Formats: sequence, structure tokens, C-alpha cells
Amino acid sequence: MKIAAILISAILVNNFVLSRFLGICPFLGVSKKVETALGMGLAVTFVMGLASVITWLVQIFVLDLLGIGYMQTIAFILVIAGLVQFVEMVIKKTSPTLYQALGVYLPLITTNCAVLGVTILNIQEKYNLIETLINGIGAALGFTLAIVLFAGVRERLETAPIPKALEGFPIALITASLLSIAFLGFSGLSLFQ
Amino acid sequence: MKQLKVLTNGIVNENPVLRLVLGMCPVLAVTTAVFNGIGMGIAATVVLIGSNLIISLINKIVPSEVRIPIYVVIIASFVTVVQMLIQAFSPELDKALGIFIPLIVVNCIILARAEAFASKNKPSASILDAIGMGIGFTIALVIISTFREVLGAGTFFGIKLFGEGFDPALIMILPPGGFLVLGLTIAAVNKLTAKKKS
Repeated sequence: MKIAAILISAILVNNFVLSRFLGICPFLGVSKKVETALGMGLAVTFVMGLASVITWLVQIFVLDLLGIGYMQTIAFILVIAGLVQFVEMVIKKTSPTLYQALGVYLPLITTNCAVLGVTILNIQEKYNLIETLINGIGAALGFTLAIVLFAGVRERLETAPIPKALEGFPIALITASLLSIAFLGFSGLSLFQ
Repeated sequence: MKQLKVLTNGIVNENPVLRLVLGMCPVLAVTTAVFNGIGMGIAATVVLIGSNLIISLINKIVPSEVRIPIYVVIIASFVTVVQMLIQAFSPELDKALGIFIPLIVVNCIILARAEAFASKNKPSASILDAIGMGIGFTIALVIISTFREVLGAGTFFGIKLFGEGFDPALIMILPPGGFLVLGLTIAAVNKLTAKKKS
């Protein structure tokens, strides 16, 4: 029950992009086409799931054990940067097709604050290993949902007549605002907790 | 004269938030109140000054293949210092900014300045650049948080501005308000600069 609640909460109620403001840079940067948005979403899902588990292990077995919790930020960002590099190399060797689909987005993920954000939140919420994995994947699916929906709207905006000053980022942000209002509706869901 | 130009570049021409559209996450997340906006602005400025200084000092001895991980470690170290200082001196600010203090590490503005400016310039110029960018970031945060706090909570810096009859537009301090105010602010800046040119 708790796992289902964590999953739904991460995808809809506390959507990482639209209600927690994490991962805004790729959300605005890589959302001009639905296809690229989906590719970015998949790459993030993969890295976020792995990063959640590894940083949880690092926190419990290294940082807590040695009593150096203050090194959390440095340790986590190093783990994420290393992981992204590693994943890139593995995918390149094992699956060239997947690499072509995800390759370009992988380096960008290091600076996606949603990844570092979810790993820190996992520790703050005192999740166990399974809950951590579910939260990581749920957050990434929420990110994917938001970015794909947003890309769909932006594809239509391309041809719409927009006042000059609003072209580009301003209209994108106003669109995001409307999308965010829609997601606000989910906050009414009470999740059997 | 040249120094002044470096300093004002970050405040006006290349304002990181309003012109370059960098570092959006903290801009949207912490601007529900002016106090939080200023706190985030100062914290990011301190990190920026520290990282720009160190990176410009060591740029000659860092091999360019591994420069990004090294920069990230330097930035993360300064963020950790700033986080501990905030926890010690202003627990309320720590609570309000929460997860967005450690997330200064992945604020694109800081890595962008390290890569685009500090790695190519002298320490003195890098510090000026960091101060300019920091002030530009802080000003943008203050503008956006002023709109959001006044409209969404009816207060400014926690002081009540209107009488009892005022009914604040709660949506402005909720996530949609953040996107909306930022979008309209950038649009306003675009409009003003377009006029100046013509």
C-alpha cells in the first residue's frame, strides 16, 4: 500500500517538474519535439532509478557508517556524474541503437537537478531501499509525463500567432503555468497514508 | 572602465535569469517570499565568488579532459560550506530553502560561469564577474518574489501591506504562479530591450 502511494504521489501529486520545480532546465530546453522529450524522459528514468539505489547504499554504508553526513552533497554529485559516464559507456558498447536514441541526452543528465534532488529527498524521507527505488522511478516517470505533455503543447505553439515579446521562453513558461494548474488538481487526492 | 563592464555585464546585458534563462529551478521554487529570494541570491553569490576564484587560480594546472568533474567538486565543496553556515546562523532560511541549498551545485549559472569565464580569465576579473552575476541573479529573484509575495500573500518581507478586506490570490505563491510571473517578467524585459534598440 505504501509503495503504491509513493509511486502515485511521485508521478502525479508531487510531480517533480510542475509542483516541486526540479529539472526545469531540461524541461524547458529539450521539449520542442515529442520524440526528443520522450528520449530524454527514458534516459532520465534509467539514470534516476540507478542513482537512487546507489546513493542510498552510499549514504547507509559509507556516509552514515563513517559519520560524515556533511559530505552528502559532494558524494552524491560525484556518484551521479560517474554513473552517467558509466551508463553512457555501457550503452555505447552493448546497444548502439539505444545509444543513438539516448546518447545525446546522457551528459545533460548530470546537471539535471531532479536527479540530485530525488536522491537527497530519498534520504530525507528515510525511505528503505525498495521505497527509494520506487520513488526514484516514480519521480522520473512524472518528469517524463510532464515533459512529453509539454512538448505536445509546444509543437502546436510553433504555428500559433504569438506577440513578439512573448515568443520563446515567456510563452513556454506561461504554458507550463497552465499545465501546472492542471496538476494542482491532483493535490486533492488523499493517498491512504 | 573594463572592470566596470565585467561587473555590470551580469547585472544587465547577460542577466543570468532574465536574459540567459539559466538556473531556473531555484528561481521558481524559492521565490514565494522576498526573504527566501534574497537568501538564495546571497548563497548562490557566495558559492559563485568562491568557485570562480579557485577555478581561475587553478585553470593552468587542470587537464582539460577532466576539468568538469574537478569544477563540480570545487563547487560542491563551497555549497557544503554555505549550507553549514546557513544551518548554523539562520535555521529559518535553511528550512525555507530546504533541498534547494544542496541543489546550488547543479545550478547551471555557476558551472556556466566557471566554464565560460573563470577558466579563461584572471582571478581579479573572475571575482568581479561572479559578483556581477550574483547581483544579477539576486535582483531577478527579488523582482519575481516581490510580485509573488505581494499578490499571493498580501505581504512584503513579511509585513502586511493591505487591510483586513484583502483576499490574496493564493495561486501566485503556488507553483503555477511561479511559472506565470517568470514568463511575464521575461516578456517585459524583452519588450523593454526591443524598444531600446529600435
